[in-house]
Amino acid sequence: MVKTIEEINQKIREGNAVVVTAAEMKEIVEELGAEKAAKEVDVVTTGTFGAMCSSGAFFNFGHSDPPIKMQRVWMNDVEAYTGIAAVDAYLGVAQLSETVEEYGGSHVIEELVKGREVELKATAYGTDCYPRKEIVTEISLEDVNQAVMLNPRNAYQRYNAATNSSNRILRTYMGTLLPNFGNVTFAGTGEISPLNNDPEYRTIGVGTRIFLCGAKGYVIGEGTQHAPPYGTLMVKGNLKEMKPEYMKAAYFPGYGATLFVGIGIPIPILDADMARFTAVRNSEIETKIIDFGVARRDRPVVRKVTYEELISGKVEINGEEVRVSPLSSFYMAEKIMKELKREIGMGEFSLTAPVDRIPTKRVFKPMRQREIKVVKSVMVKAYTIPPETPIEEAARLMIDKGLNHLPVVENDVLVGIITSWDIAKAVARNKKGMVREIMTKNVIYTYPDEPVEVAARKMEKNDISALPVVDSKKRVLGIVTSEDLSRLIAR
Amino acid sequence: MRLLLRFDSKTVREPVISRTTLETGALINILRASVGARRGEILIEIEDKKAKEVEEVLERLGVDVVELAEAVQKDDELCVHCGACVSICPTEAITFNGERRVVITAEKCVHCGACVKVCPTKALSLPL
Repeated sequence: MVKTIEEINQKIREGNAVVVTAAEMKEIVEELGAEKAAKEVDVVTTGTFGAMCSSGAFFNFGHSDPPIKMQRVWMNDVEAYTGIAAVDAYLGVAQLSETVEEYGGSHVIEELVKGREVELKATAYGTDCYPRKEIVTEISLEDVNQAVMLNPRNAYQRYNAATNSSNRILRTYMGTLLPNFGNVTFAGTGEISPLNNDPEYRTIGVGTRIFLCGAKGYVIGEGTQHAPPYGTLMVKGNLKEMKPEYMKAAYFPGYGATLFVGIGIPIPILDADMARFTAVRNSEIETKIIDFGVARRDRPVVRKVTYEELISGKVEINGEEVRVSPLSSFYMAEKIMKELKREIGMGEFSLTAPVDRIPTKRVFKPMRQREIKVVKSVMVKAYTIPPETPIEEAARLMIDKGLNHLPVVENDVLVGIITSWDIAKAVARNKKGMVREIMTKNVIYTYPDEPVEVAARKMEKNDISALPVVDSKKRVLGIVTSEDLSRLIAR
Repeated sequence: MRLLLRFDSKTVREPVISRTTLETGALINILRASVGARRGEILIEIEDKKAKEVEEVLERLGVDVVELAEAVQKDDELCVHCGACVSICPTEAITFNGERRVVITAEKCVHCGACVKVCPTKALSLPL
């Protein structure tokens, strides 16, 4: 049996369409089977509500008198991009305020949607047609000509979950990750998420009408970084029609601003295949847990995991039970599915056939870089000393060789480090004896193949000025100092 | 019953907790302690029926005692129930209910503030 979208829309208009949420559909297909379910059900509503940094809005502010061709523009001190026509600008949700902490583009958009005014400030160089050089005014959504939410990448089909093998707390876009595999975080809503219910992108495509933050919006293509089955969507919608309850400005501590975006997508059940797709279960949706303790692009995969395990709240890593935080709101996703079901049931929302398909195959390439500079290329020979070296002798070595750091080595292995500051402290306190008594034992070190940016961040985080370079057996190969690195990175 | 004890520069040097136990026979569970040279704060848990007695002794010994009836507070206008806090809470006081809303079990909260620092919508705050 095959239905067309027009037939389904006819039923919607007549108030006869059978609309169910994705959560309900799983049960229906299990009970009736795909063939029968496809006859019974016309539309399945899906939903997601996650922090989506790749979001923002286009504005057209109208012309001032005398007119201005904006060169730079700020909304509540958050800069928007105006390298387009005179009074058009794009405000990204992740852009941060230049004056207020923990406030960004997402907060500006939220204030506007709540009906509040924001300050608009712009500067320009002045032309014959646009003589004005600056303007400061207040605007609300009512005052601007257009306010269009346009999100380059939303509705991730699935996403890598995160954990942290390192020994310090990490503040990331995946939330706060506790040390030593202390927790796991994940994003996406699994079996109720739009793209997981249409994995071949048969009905979700260019032109699909969607629910976007309480308004009607549209899919305008595949999103950036679209790489099935990690598919994404580019979407747009009228900001003026959006409702504050279906979006939320957020600030991930130590990371930055972002926006929780509420998206709902109706899926027409055209045939038994579509019924089968929408019956997908969390246990069939797999992703990877990756280790953010390694600050590289290719972070190690800790293990594979299903959304069922993630949603259960506990996963096993190295034989230990680790607690899990979702970062997408299942409560809000459910609310969106139900709201979209209501709207379709009331005949307020009809379906669209895609004008074009989005790709079912696409790879996500890494950045082409000139070179990746690694520690090996900047490290210098390290003078090492045994822990039984008298403090005076270490001091003499530092002066003779012009050094500020001496790694301490025992049986070929790094066991400590002393700095000129440690020696100065020992002298000030009239402390005599061996280096072992004054050295720092918990040494922060680096590896020859570590990128220099990673080494520099280690020094900055720990407020230190040098790192011994060691091999996998902790044998000292050399040393890098912050002066060497800053010269290289600044270049 | 959970009590927040505040010590000044004098009481911070005294073995007040041990004295209180010896005098009242109450078992005192220390949930959190931050003790410096000049002042300190200790969060303790005691049996409800011993609470009055323990409070009296502590106050006599010069400790400032605050009864903590409330847990960490969540503003439901701001909370979107994302659950970022759920895996951070060391005592599993923050969980999802059947509706997938984030809820706090007041009796389990030890006022450590870990969740407050991770909330992306600033929905959480400590009552004190």
